[in-house]
Amino acid sequence: MRRFELTPEQEELQRAARTFVEKRVPTAHLRALRDAKDPSHVSRAVWREMAALGWAGIAVDEKHGGAGLGLVELGLVMEELGRTLAPTPLLATSVIGAAALAEGAEAARAHLPALARGERLVALAFEEERRFAPYACKTTARHAPHGAGWILDGEKTFVLDGPSADLLIVVARTAGAPGDRDGLTLFVVDRALAGLTVEPLAMVDSRGAARVRLASVAVPSADILGDAGKGADLLDRLLARATAALAAEMLGAADAVFRTTIEYLKTRHQFGVPIGSFQGLKHRAAHLFCELELTRSVVRAALVAVERAAPDADALVSAAKARASDTFTRAAAEALQMHGGIGVTDDLDVGFYYKRAKVAELTFGSAAYHRDRFGRLHGY
Amino acid sequence: MTSGTEPADDAFRAEMRAWLEANCPPSMRTPHLPGQEVWGGRRRTFPSDDARLWFERCVERGFTAPAWPREYGGAGLTREQARILDAEMRAMGCRSPLISFGIWMLAPVLFEFATEEQRAEHLPPIARGEIRWCQGYSEPGSGSDLASLSTRAVRHGDHYVVDGAKVWTSHADHADWMFCLVRTDPDAPKHDGISFILLDMATPGVSTRPIQLISGSSPFCETRFDNVRVPARNLVGREGGGWQIAKKLLEHERSIISVMRDRAPEEAETLPAMLKRVGEPALRDRVIQAELDFLCNRLTLERTAEAAKAGKGPGAASSMFKLYGTELNKRRKELRVELQGYQGLGWEGAGFEPSELQITREWLRSRASSIEGGTSEIQLNIIAKRVLGLPD
Repeated sequence: MRRFELTPEQEELQRAARTFVEKRVPTAHLRALRDAKDPSHVSRAVWREMAALGWAGIAVDEKHGGAGLGLVELGLVMEELGRTLAPTPLLATSVIGAAALAEGAEAARAHLPALARGERLVALAFEEERRFAPYACKTTARHAPHGAGWILDGEKTFVLDGPSADLLIVVARTAGAPGDRDGLTLFVVDRALAGLTVEPLAMVDSRGAARVRLASVAVPSADILGDAGKGADLLDRLLARATAALAAEMLGAADAVFRTTIEYLKTRHQFGVPIGSFQGLKHRAAHLFCELELTRSVVRAALVAVERAAPDADALVSAAKARASDTFTRAAAEALQMHGGIGVTDDLDVGFYYKRAKVAELTFGSAAYHRDRFGRLHGY
Repeated sequence: MTSGTEPADDAFRAEMRAWLEANCPPSMRTPHLPGQEVWGGRRRTFPSDDARLWFERCVERGFTAPAWPREYGGAGLTREQARILDAEMRAMGCRSPLISFGIWMLAPVLFEFATEEQRAEHLPPIARGEIRWCQGYSEPGSGSDLASLSTRAVRHGDHYVVDGAKVWTSHADHADWMFCLVRTDPDAPKHDGISFILLDMATPGVSTRPIQLISGSSPFCETRFDNVRVPARNLVGREGGGWQIAKKLLEHERSIISVMRDRAPEEAETLPAMLKRVGEPALRDRVIQAELDFLCNRLTLERTAEAAKAGKGPGAASSMFKLYGTELNKRRKELRVELQGYQGLGWEGAGFEPSELQITREWLRSRASSIEGGTSEIQLNIIAKRVLGLPD
């Protein structure tokens, strides 16, 4: 079965995304948002344009105003956005948020048309520890003493795109102890609810993240996603999608910073010759090219496997994230080194890639985490 | 799981499956062990009667070279049909009926550069496994700088007289013929003075000596030419045009090294299984990394194959696979030895299981893989120049 070659429609989408990214969200866009110290870290205007192109609701079913496409298409757009490190809500809202809401009851699905129009942003609030630990949840949800509904208490950190979110998908514990896979429940929480505070975090990659505090937040019972206590299955599915899509973004970023570096090697002269003629640099560039090709294969395989719910999907997601982390980190580090002095200045964009590589690596599990998981999934 | 969309493809697939079912002996549907390959040639041998039977049945159908025209001993299949046959053979676990440098390396350039007489003379015996070929490229003084080769061929009327020496001639001691790079014009710029000739190893003046590697095996030879007379009609292409042919052939060789590895004898025990058996947690991360890289490499081969099927050329992909595949293979063999502990350090004799000795010998043998067929450094140069466009 084919899994790597794109269909003509997918190629068309890829071209459209590339054109849009070059024109509307070059790296200067990220720089401008950073310099403006905009705490939301995203541009609603840009997002509405992307929604008009059908990308906000790309994976939302047509009944709810979406395009009804899959994770492979999302991955293609993510890869293009990665090229310029474009800070858009696509990952948090369209990859994770839309999939979460689609699994809910009527009240949750009612948000989808607005999401597809680019009018509602979503963020997943699940992290509480210093590093990726999806089941470590200490945030509690208990039945409201009077009438229906739930009361949520706890604190979430590293909530991606939390500052701009209108809705939060909050993971809370309805049973069991921190670390237990059982007993987790996902809720759709309106940002405006009393007791909920969102504190933006200034991150090294200039992207949006927040700490979210929940102090006796009353959530209506209609806003539960799936069955109480059984949320880990849904959370795992959301994280598999998110991790594969993030790996695609990292691939795009790694490829772009690599290309920039190759151009520099051809144009920068020292000792009277282009520095790209030195074998010490050439060989490192050629090695990096191979790493990128391998990353491209495993990222695509992971997206397809998750979309098809293939038996090896989890292992491929871990392989893709581990490989994308290593490759992006190496590509960005080599970019800094090969650009020499100018590379470590803020005037150039390569520093943005280097910083983004670190944040992306630690998001949804580091390379070390996913290598370990790859081994465990294979029984060793 | 099938990818055939054309009804004709599906019918062909069913026909091939039935033919293989009827003709591939069950013992030929098992992974082959080292030394069980069938190489063909005038002095051909077979590891078993089944291997001979499988070989002969494939020769009869032209399935040793499925995509070649019938008049040259092939089966006349289209590219798509040949791919289907290959996929069916893989699915059934069929062994290669014939391992042949003639089919994989020489034939593509004969199709491109040779005269009709040369094709008619050489291709059918290759397809039938009657003539075994070896490659005469590297020389004692010309390794990575292949174009500096100095084996001379001087024209005397209707023949050339060849003098010089070749090294790294794979299996030359078992080969019947050699395709060989010789210098026909010592005064021309180095790439322009080279010609590509075909040479019968039985010609007087040809002598061959196996070279023993650090692994103890001798897959390579040194071949000397002392006043060897080669008919002028055995020149392929034009005199002085050999370098173009040589480069083309090297691309085929690199892809073959990947194919060979893909079809390499089955490892008796996987790396994770070894890790679990010996229980060495300190090596776990390296095993995982090696497994992960193996997976990524396999996926990339699959992606390239899909692209080729869609009509996109491999470009310098062969250099990438040669480089990455051999470097990864070295790493994996090293890890195997390390997992064996002291039992991985034996050379021969009692005290070591044959399987343990084999792992150790394969580890040593793997060190040559990133040198033969163009060193890793040469592959990096090729990628830097041809793919990345970096200046000289």
